[in-house]
Amino acid sequence: MTDMQRMDVPLTVAGRTFSSRLLVGTGKYRDFDEARAAIEESGADVVTVAVRRSNLGQDPDAPNLLDVISPTRYTILPNTAGCFNARDAVRTCQLARELLDGHNLVKLEVLGDQKTLYPNVMETLSAARTLIDDGFDVMVYTSDDPIVAQELESMGASAIMPLGSLIGSGQGLLNPDTLALILEHARVPVLVDAGIGTASDAALAMELGCDGVLLNSAIAHAKQPVLMARAMKRAVEAGRDAYLAERMPRRQEARASSPTRGLITE
Amino acid sequence: MHVLLNGESRQFDDIKTVAELVERLGLAGKRIAVEHNEMIVPRSRHAETELSDNDRIEIVHAIGGG
Repeated sequence: MTDMQRMDVPLTVAGRTFSSRLLVGTGKYRDFDEARAAIEESGADVVTVAVRRSNLGQDPDAPNLLDVISPTRYTILPNTAGCFNARDAVRTCQLARELLDGHNLVKLEVLGDQKTLYPNVMETLSAARTLIDDGFDVMVYTSDDPIVAQELESMGASAIMPLGSLIGSGQGLLNPDTLALILEHARVPVLVDAGIGTASDAALAMELGCDGVLLNSAIAHAKQPVLMARAMKRAVEAGRDAYLAERMPRRQEARASSPTRGLITE
Repeated sequence: MHVLLNGESRQFDDIKTVAELVERLGLAGKRIAVEHNEMIVPRSRHAETELSDNDRIEIVHAIGGG
């Protein structure tokens, strides 16, 4: 394969360049060892973490996630999971920035309710504006609404991250057509965040032209997380290559792949 | 001194600053972030940030999440 054919630019978010288009979470693993092995196998550069109250009754010398997933090796992407209003999300990001010595890249998610974990778009927009004004680079988990995506982009969001289906549902992409509408206009990276269940879901997101995929449960809740991490890595790469290669047109009728002349039956 | 620490009512004696509180909790040098009455206290200012009765303190760290 020539260099021309392989030519691609790396994923760049807010001026940071990443070699992998797969971003992974650190939640729901059996233990730190499993998390470390799966994340390593995934090849991800960007790794999400949650920010929570320290359990003050616990042994303060117990290992810390950031000892296992080192901020010197990975780009840590703190999230605002569990926040249901803009104010809590902003506070969480400010705590995360302090926690990570001024690192200002965050994943904003403001949820609507416990049942659906669907984004609350009004609160999300409000928090995004506050955070951007405060100097954060904000990757925004949002609904698959192309108008909201444009609004976020025009206020300065660093990446738009629509859901493929509900968080943790593993239903895959229920909305390829609306994702395509977002992709058509976006000038910042668009990453599918939430809903990926297996490798083909991630590949489809990339084939649609998404700039990346963020997932957690699909790896952590697979029976063999490390193997699924490898599958996801390959799926994202394969989907990206397929997108760049530009697929053949779909046809209603058959078209033979073998020559129709020279048959022994002629 | 009484403080609301991570949502829990706690009593501490002989503590005047955020740095002393963090030390008392065994968290000195750990990867944490501290909020004092909803204002971030940068690590560099833990020692000079004085506590008052009924202050609200949040101490957080990173855990697994997606």
